[in-house]
Amino acid sequence: MHELSIALGIVKIAEDETVKAKAKKVTKIELEIGELSGVELESLNFVWESAIKDSVLEFSKKEINIIKGKGKCIDCDTEFDMKFIYDTCPKCNSNFKGILQGKELRVKALEVI
Amino acid sequence: MCGTCGCGSDTNGPSILKPGEKEHVHGEHTHSHENDHHHHHDGHHTHEHSHKHKVLEIEQDILQNNEVLAARNKGYFEAKNIFALNMVSSPGSGKTSILERTLADLKDEIPFYVIEGDQQTLNDANRIDALNIPVIQINTGKGCHLESDMIFDAVKKLDIKNDAILMIENVGNLVCPSMFDLGENKRVVIISTTEGEDKPIKYPDMFHTSDVCIINKIDLLPYLNIDIDKLKNYALQVNPNLQFFEVSATTGEGMDAWYKWLKKNVN
Repeated sequence: MHELSIALGIVKIAEDETVKAKAKKVTKIELEIGELSGVELESLNFVWESAIKDSVLEFSKKEINIIKGKGKCIDCDTEFDMKFIYDTCPKCNSNFKGILQGKELRVKALEVI
Repeated sequence: MCGTCGCGSDTNGPSILKPGEKEHVHGEHTHSHENDHHHHHDGHHTHEHSHKHKVLEIEQDILQNNEVLAARNKGYFEAKNIFALNMVSSPGSGKTSILERTLADLKDEIPFYVIEGDQQTLNDANRIDALNIPVIQINTGKGCHLESDMIFDAVKKLDIKNDAILMIENVGNLVCPSMFDLGENKRVVIISTTEGEDKPIKYPDMFHTSDVCIINKIDLLPYLNIDIDKLKNYALQVNPNLQFFEVSATTGEGMDAWYKWLKKNVN
């Protein structure tokens, strides 16, 4: 259940940034989470309430932008959508690829008061 | 709540102990990730909205704290010419047995140091200590993986000499440790022949982030229905750059190739 570590990492960032901005609390948090990031959204949502309790994020609105997985074949340069990290090139079947997007795990923005 | 291990309370935070040492008094452990490094974000854009709402564009990686300390560990290893390995697998694949055999066979040639990660007990550290190898046990409490700040603290306590190999045995778990860089030179994933050939695609993240794959318990092959080539093909589908070693920590079969690789890397 590393999602709890992730959630607490998010709380830490929110706490630090809120202090820096001399704000009191967060009203909305925007996250970017890639489909290949290794984070289960269901698990993250499950631990979220207990992770944000008594923090600046308590009562905040959470918005998650899910970023689709995309890869580029190293052998034939084809760009393709990736659902899993082990997806092979649909054109030449090569296992060698670069991941263009989908590994994101980021706090994009905070709305504070 | 302890952010290091993700446990429910402070009393379950990680403890870092040498064999024979007593459990720490709760509340004494320090988490160096708490606040002793600062990130400056000069590029903050703040937009004023009505009702004093302000939007802060943060754009910060959630794992950044872990990665910053991992980079610090990496620099330390590089400066001291320490070859650090992060050994990961499911529980019961034979991580500790591979370690024991390797240490017993090579300890006269290479200086070894070991960090053991488990949720509870000093059992693994005691097994390594019995071989007269310097070892530290990290108990993560309810935590399911090691993080770079724990390694940072453990390494300081281990006082590693130059030109050595550091073996970090992660918590037995094929999911969570994959996301947390410890600053290791190489990540070694261990799978045993009893686990089923499709494990690499069932748990792809760990195989994706590893450099080496050790297939353990090959002495049991005559009794099992596993197809090793199929297992390797699944693993290569996830990570075409994986290097394999097929071994039995029990009989010693195949260990020579693994030793050769270790010796090549420490020099």
